[in-house]
Amino acid sequence: MKQYRAHLLVCAGTGCVSCGAFKIKEALEKEIKKRKLEDEVLVIATGCNGFCERGPILMVHPDGVFYQTLKVEDIPFLVEEHLIKGRPVKKLMYIPPAEKQPIPKMKDIEFFKHQRLIALRNRGRIDPEKVEEYIAFDGYEAMAKALSEMTPEKIIAEITASGLRGRGGAGFPTGKKWAAGRAAKGSPKYLICNGDEGDPGAFMDRSVLEADPHAILEGMVIGAKAVGAEKGFIYIRHEYPLALKRVEIAIQQARELGLLGQDILGTGFNFDLEIVQGAGAFVSGEESALMASVEGRIAMPRQRPPYPAQKGLWNKPTVINNVETWATVPNIILRGAKWFSGLGTKTSKGTKIFSLVGKINNTGLVEVPMGITLRDIVYGIGGGIPAGRDFKAVQIGGPSGGCIPAKLLDLTIDYESLTEAGAMMGSGGLIVMDDKTCMVDIAKYFMNFLRDESCGKCVSCREGTQRMWEIVKKITEGKGAEKDLEVLEEVARTCKDASLCGLGQTAANPVLSTLQYFRHEYEAHILDKRCPAGVCQALIRYVVVAEKCTGCLACKNACPTQAIKGTLKEVHLIEQT
Amino acid sequence: MAEKKKLRIQDLAKIRERTKALTTIRESEGRAKVTVHMGTCGIAAGAREIMDALLDEMQKNKVMDVIVSTSGCAGLCNREPMATVEFKGQPPVKYVDLTPDKMRKIFAEHVLCGRLVPAFALAVGSETVY
Repeated sequence: MKQYRAHLLVCAGTGCVSCGAFKIKEALEKEIKKRKLEDEVLVIATGCNGFCERGPILMVHPDGVFYQTLKVEDIPFLVEEHLIKGRPVKKLMYIPPAEKQPIPKMKDIEFFKHQRLIALRNRGRIDPEKVEEYIAFDGYEAMAKALSEMTPEKIIAEITASGLRGRGGAGFPTGKKWAAGRAAKGSPKYLICNGDEGDPGAFMDRSVLEADPHAILEGMVIGAKAVGAEKGFIYIRHEYPLALKRVEIAIQQARELGLLGQDILGTGFNFDLEIVQGAGAFVSGEESALMASVEGRIAMPRQRPPYPAQKGLWNKPTVINNVETWATVPNIILRGAKWFSGLGTKTSKGTKIFSLVGKINNTGLVEVPMGITLRDIVYGIGGGIPAGRDFKAVQIGGPSGGCIPAKLLDLTIDYESLTEAGAMMGSGGLIVMDDKTCMVDIAKYFMNFLRDESCGKCVSCREGTQRMWEIVKKITEGKGAEKDLEVLEEVARTCKDASLCGLGQTAANPVLSTLQYFRHEYEAHILDKRCPAGVCQALIRYVVVAEKCTGCLACKNACPTQAIKGTLKEVHLIEQT
Repeated sequence: MAEKKKLRIQDLAKIRERTKALTTIRESEGRAKVTVHMGTCGIAAGAREIMDALLDEMQKNKVMDVIVSTSGCAGLCNREPMATVEFKGQPPVKYVDLTPDKMRKIFAEHVLCGRLVPAFALAVGSETVY
């Protein structure tokens, strides 16, 4: 392998790509060629680095210097200064808000400092399209160990002891699921990787798929040995073209090298993988609906039990886990259950990836130990709320999650604490809201999403989400009546109790949790016909403040609909009808 | 790298051995670090040839656990080209008035065998280079 004195790692996650990462890479390559450094400096594209807010991002090794918000024009100077003269360029480094000194190294930046990378261990560190780079960082070592030294029972025991729980949302113990799959009668057995990430504002799975596809492959081969499966499917929604491409390449490379297929690594074990593209329905993320989709049917959930581990794909035992869960498996096998269970809380072990979006300074992707507080995520890693505004709530767990208010900021995050607070872990989307966010409007937004995405099988969900949306919409339009809240709660409870799948059972959460913590906002809309955050248009009235009006005519002349009445040097009036 | 040969378990270790340089650089954790001073004065005095010689030796000797870096002017322009050799936990050693041959000798003696080359050295210990 050719040696280079410096490696330039351009972040090529979807976020950075959309703000021009590939142009930066091209400019770097051009400049390096021009300076005749192509034999000593290597430029590669990595998966998502996580600090999406600051893209395009470049890491320069061996120094570990972090450059951000790069422009093509910056590149010649950067190459000359840093790579030729060895002077890192301060003006392209990250400066935290309210500070003046740039922070040169990634590991010293607050956003990265408190993270603990397990599922994302290779993010921004390897070229996801080169299997050699994955292997260089101990890739496929866990698989080799599992295939050559461990019995299926031993693998399951290790995963069980680690305390790993499903990262897709429900938090079912992974070891238990695998054991059920192993014990189930029937052949062949199947594995599925659930990469149908549909929550607005969530991009955990996408980032893992894009940044480290081989980790998922490796996790699945280990799972296959444990369960006794020979065939697996990776279900990725077609809205993730980059993820699809990189997983495709990874499967191809793994097959060529004998890391997938027949006689893996010469151990006699066989397992192969196939990609299935989803067509972008939110409900496909529900496991029974997803399996229907893989079989070629309409993605609709069915009654459980029987659980997939007993009767899954084509009625055969099927173990289905989320992207993040699979990507975590190799590290547990390699470093041991004890190491993993040493992180986290009593009931929730290890780390969890969260996507941090909304009204927050450091938008991005973070992996943190379970048991961290919301405050640490929002104010520590997330850098707080922009423009010095106040934190109001965080919506956690996607559309079917819930809103957690400011008074619960010190809540330690694990599966149980979030459910208790009326939200859920979900896949890990965190949408931060400030005091200019109207909670009724947020409930309306999520109900609109859910009524669209309800598959229509259960009346309680199909009609329930529609009615809840209608009521909430009515309230935001200032047409709400007092009894609406009662009806809303009743519909919400029915939807929760009477729906078949997780989507329906949690579809009322946006309404229920906002009602629980922000009932006064609903009441302000209904009783005072007022939107406290000033968001709901129908409840906003513009008036001319009589004492301040000089009658200058400026507003009258600017109004496109001639709604302003008044003459020169007299107080003006806005006609509201 | 198109090896179409199917891998065996022991091949994984071989790939890791071969790609050691990659992990060394990305983890910024080498056994030693050699810095070639490439300020304007250094470049004018021939730092480029020093760098080429160093990289050539690295490649020839398949040294994968040493980090090669560049830095700006060290303030001693009349003794350029210069290079600094650092071992973890030890004070850095500055070499001055280098030629490609001197660099090769320093590499063989100091970097590979850990024996300082007093004849070319200016001083042991220095201000920290960024």
